[in-house]
Amino acid sequence: MNTLAARGIVPEPIARQPWEMLIPLVLLTAFGGMVLYSAGGGAMQPFALSHFIRFGVFAIMTAIIAAMPREAVRVLTYPAYLVILLMLLGVEIVGQVGGGSQRWLEAGPIRIQPSEIMKPAVVLAMARFYETLPSGMIGSWRSVVPSGMLIVLPISLVLLQPDLGTSVAIAFGGVVVMFLAGLPLWWFLLAGGAGIAAMPLIYFFALRPYQQARVTTFLDPESDPLGAGYHIAQSKIAIGSGGLFGKGFNNGTQSHLNYLPEPHTDFVFATMAEEWGLAGGLFVLLMYTLILRWGWKVASESQDRFCALLAAGATATIFFYIAINLLMVMGMAPAKGIPLPWMSHGGSSMMTNMICIGLLMMVNRWNREAPRRGLTI
Amino acid sequence: MKIPFLRDGPERPARMINASILRSTFERRSVVIGAVQGGIGVLLALRLGYLAIAENEKYRLESESNRVNLTLIPPRRGWILDRNGAPLASNRADFRVDLIPERLVNAEATIDQLGALLALEPARIADIKAKVETARGFQPVEVASGLRYEQFAALSVRLPDLPGVVPQRGFSRFYPTASSVGHLIGYVGPASAEEYEKDPNPILITPGYKIGKDGLEKQFEKDLRGVPGARRVEVTAGGRIVRDLETREDVQGAPVRLTIDGPLQDYAARRIGLESGSVVVMDCRSGDLLCMASMPSFDPNSFSDGIGGVEYAMLREDERVPLRNKVLQGLYPPGSTVKPMVSMALMQAGVDPAETVFCGGGLRVGNRVFGCWNRRGHGSVDMAKGIYQSCDVYFYAMAQRVGMDPIAAMARRCGMGQEFPLPVTSQFYGTVPDAAWKMKKWGREWQAFDTVNATIGQGYMLSSPLQLAVMASRLATGRHVMPRLTLDTKPEGFDKIDFPSDQVEYVRQAMSDVVNGPGTAGRARLPVDGTLMAGKTGTAQVVSLSISNGKSGPWKYRDHGLFIFFAPYDNPRYAGAVVIEHGGGSGAAYPIARDVMTFMFDPAKGMEALTALEAGWGGTAQQRLERRYAAYAAERGATVSRPPQRDEEIFDRVEAEARVAAARTEAIADDVIAPRPEANPSGTPPGAAAPPPAAPAEASPAANAAPASPPVEASE
Repeated sequence: MNTLAARGIVPEPIARQPWEMLIPLVLLTAFGGMVLYSAGGGAMQPFALSHFIRFGVFAIMTAIIAAMPREAVRVLTYPAYLVILLMLLGVEIVGQVGGGSQRWLEAGPIRIQPSEIMKPAVVLAMARFYETLPSGMIGSWRSVVPSGMLIVLPISLVLLQPDLGTSVAIAFGGVVVMFLAGLPLWWFLLAGGAGIAAMPLIYFFALRPYQQARVTTFLDPESDPLGAGYHIAQSKIAIGSGGLFGKGFNNGTQSHLNYLPEPHTDFVFATMAEEWGLAGGLFVLLMYTLILRWGWKVASESQDRFCALLAAGATATIFFYIAINLLMVMGMAPAKGIPLPWMSHGGSSMMTNMICIGLLMMVNRWNREAPRRGLTI
Repeated sequence: MKIPFLRDGPERPARMINASILRSTFERRSVVIGAVQGGIGVLLALRLGYLAIAENEKYRLESESNRVNLTLIPPRRGWILDRNGAPLASNRADFRVDLIPERLVNAEATIDQLGALLALEPARIADIKAKVETARGFQPVEVASGLRYEQFAALSVRLPDLPGVVPQRGFSRFYPTASSVGHLIGYVGPASAEEYEKDPNPILITPGYKIGKDGLEKQFEKDLRGVPGARRVEVTAGGRIVRDLETREDVQGAPVRLTIDGPLQDYAARRIGLESGSVVVMDCRSGDLLCMASMPSFDPNSFSDGIGGVEYAMLREDERVPLRNKVLQGLYPPGSTVKPMVSMALMQAGVDPAETVFCGGGLRVGNRVFGCWNRRGHGSVDMAKGIYQSCDVYFYAMAQRVGMDPIAAMARRCGMGQEFPLPVTSQFYGTVPDAAWKMKKWGREWQAFDTVNATIGQGYMLSSPLQLAVMASRLATGRHVMPRLTLDTKPEGFDKIDFPSDQVEYVRQAMSDVVNGPGTAGRARLPVDGTLMAGKTGTAQVVSLSISNGKSGPWKYRDHGLFIFFAPYDNPRYAGAVVIEHGGGSGAAYPIARDVMTFMFDPAKGMEALTALEAGWGGTAQQRLERRYAAYAAERGATVSRPPQRDEEIFDRVEAEARVAAARTEAIADDVIAPRPEANPSGTPPGAAAPPPAAPAEASPAANAAPASPPVEASE
């Protein structure tokens, strides 16, 4: 990219953008739009058009985030976290008052799902916390209890909604930041061991029947071919029947004839793979690889602790979406309501992922503006 | 890694952690996480490749089987045609509704809703509920057929709320002459669970598909069935049809062409009127069965959607057994109709037909006296007079001379006790008794009175109307005529001459005199110029004299009326038999034979007679059946018990009852039968006292061979 700028063909403000990530991102979103066009019965409405519009809107938001100055972010991180936490509380209160559970707040035409924004917000707050924590305190209780509270508070509110998938996603982002912040490894091994030991208890006492069904179905998909296992079976049929190059654009039968549930959200990858085959699937995986690799590059090029942890946490959050969704549609994880970034139809996940991209671009800009200090290995 | 448990002790001071150490930890750990992420990416790519390449075949098939729905199109059933190509059973395009029990969510509510939508009778709704309860899940249950388009459309729009309900356009079986052909043709119905197990062909459980359940429909099932068509359609997960992919038309079943003359069959069935009986007519030149009418009967059209509880109860309670095919399953003592056959036996045994016997009203054999039906006696009787006046004494005397064996052999040669190679579901063959048979069956010696009973067609002798018709045509032609029912079989038996022509002519003349001469059935003369019918009357006693006189009293104690005939007498073209159960004597039978033969030679004249009669009876047989059903349903509809679940049970029950009914006369067979008045000469109504013989005996008394005995009253 810099070579283009050097030759002077492309103006410098454009040339300095992170095209190695932006091009895969745009290609992926465009490809997602095509799949949604097909899922919508071969029409822009109702899915594809709004997908593109959302991408456009959130791209502006991303640009704004990317342009934020370092000091403002440092100052605003905790207040923003607090505001989103209050919004989560607000969801609970509105849900209690209105009767029945809900996951969003409505303000005019805009419907905000605070639990989604909480994912990058937790990453931000954690990065900020470990930036300010003196190095010598790593490994003491003060390095884990306050940051643990930063994670536990929103998770418990989200679990009340109840939304297990989002709580796990929030925890994942937070734990990755903790891990990278250098907390002792044996803490994680101990927690992991305790988690595995607690699994049966969680299964029998904490999960609701529909969640239990998802787990048992995942372990034995043939146990209920017409019920919960139906979704995953149909998804595998869609992917498997696509073959090398797929059935052709707009020719997917699994999606067009409604055998595939949610062909435009959770199972959009199956819709794609049926029509584009293995080639389309590898293309999508390659695009994600490029985006995530850029995310890690940003993290490793960061000059300070805050930037590094923030970039790594944002990348991990994006990765979590991709991995869980793809493992699910290929029958390797229980069915969850986790959409595929930039391909699934839906505003909330698009917003979360675009915020993460915005944060990464912001860190990337800071990195560029101030050369890296500190030691390289 | 720095795991404290593995260290030497807690006293060792913690290493100073500074920013550069944290930075390097970050670098190392981010590489680990990146590697894990990359590993998951590779795993996903491998999994994707495995699904799309290694399992592609499997999933492609599954995707196709999701997308494509194969529906069988029930083949149109082959028609059953009469000898002139007119349909006795055809197909009608109609709208129909079936239920698939295993797909019903709330059976009770769905059926009630259907009942309201289609305005079904309460009895019908109860029948459907009973059937859905007992049907195996996959067996379709018919709700209604022959729906109007509006009903069909009203139902179709409500389908999303009615899982398990299958409306469709199709064909239903149609029998234009309804009850007239009920016993002969049978009917169709959905395959039972047993039939499906025997032949697990998916077409059998396709809604709307019917198989032959009885009669010819069952016998010719293979020919009539045809080849199902198939329709491949693309369907959504919800079952909505997106488009037709491919349709293979069904191949209609092959038609079956019968020898039956449709109009004659209908005429005969209607002519039986209020009586219970059967009419069989054969073509003497080919053995073709032109008519096998058995009445009262059921309407095969209304049986094809299952036998309803009310309908079954009505048919079952009727003592005239509408479910029994009396042509094949009715066994009756043939009475005096055997006398022409016995005459043939006598001639074959060397008896000169001109030889006379004096009939004084009875014959003493040993220490018992056997009475003639005419207590006053017939005077001098030769063979011809023995036939046309039905003189019992002549036959007693002659049978004593030749013995039972030649008579039994002749009876068998004429078709009695025989089964014929006909495509029918059940055929009773009756009894031709002789000494060996009696010893085997009853363990008793053959007695003189057994021969006496047998020569007048009573005692143990039993035959079906079909056998009597075959006997008539064999006597008329002198050939071993075999009956046939389909046009594609070969006429048989015409190369085999049973009787010399002079004997045949003698018997023809004597039988002609029964009708056209001084005989017992003067009123049977055909009202057709130049065509003379020959015949022989018979009256069969069913209970002993102490119970009934056979003419009046309870219906089931009355005598059977029988008549065998052929026409024209000198060059027989048609032959047949009429048997009227409990008709009170032969007077109930031969007018029917006369009208049927009149219809054969002059249809207009025949119809005229029938129209007049039906005006008195209250409509055609079908109209009366429908009216009776309506009245019965109104009166008893709510209280009927359910019909057997399997049609086979109904058949078994009907057949068992037919056997019991046939065995009833055995109760009086072990005794001497006092013959019932046979004579019914011109103009005398049945039941009136018999006048003296119209023609004087011609033979001289001197020629009497039998020991003359004074007229005596029949011993009892």
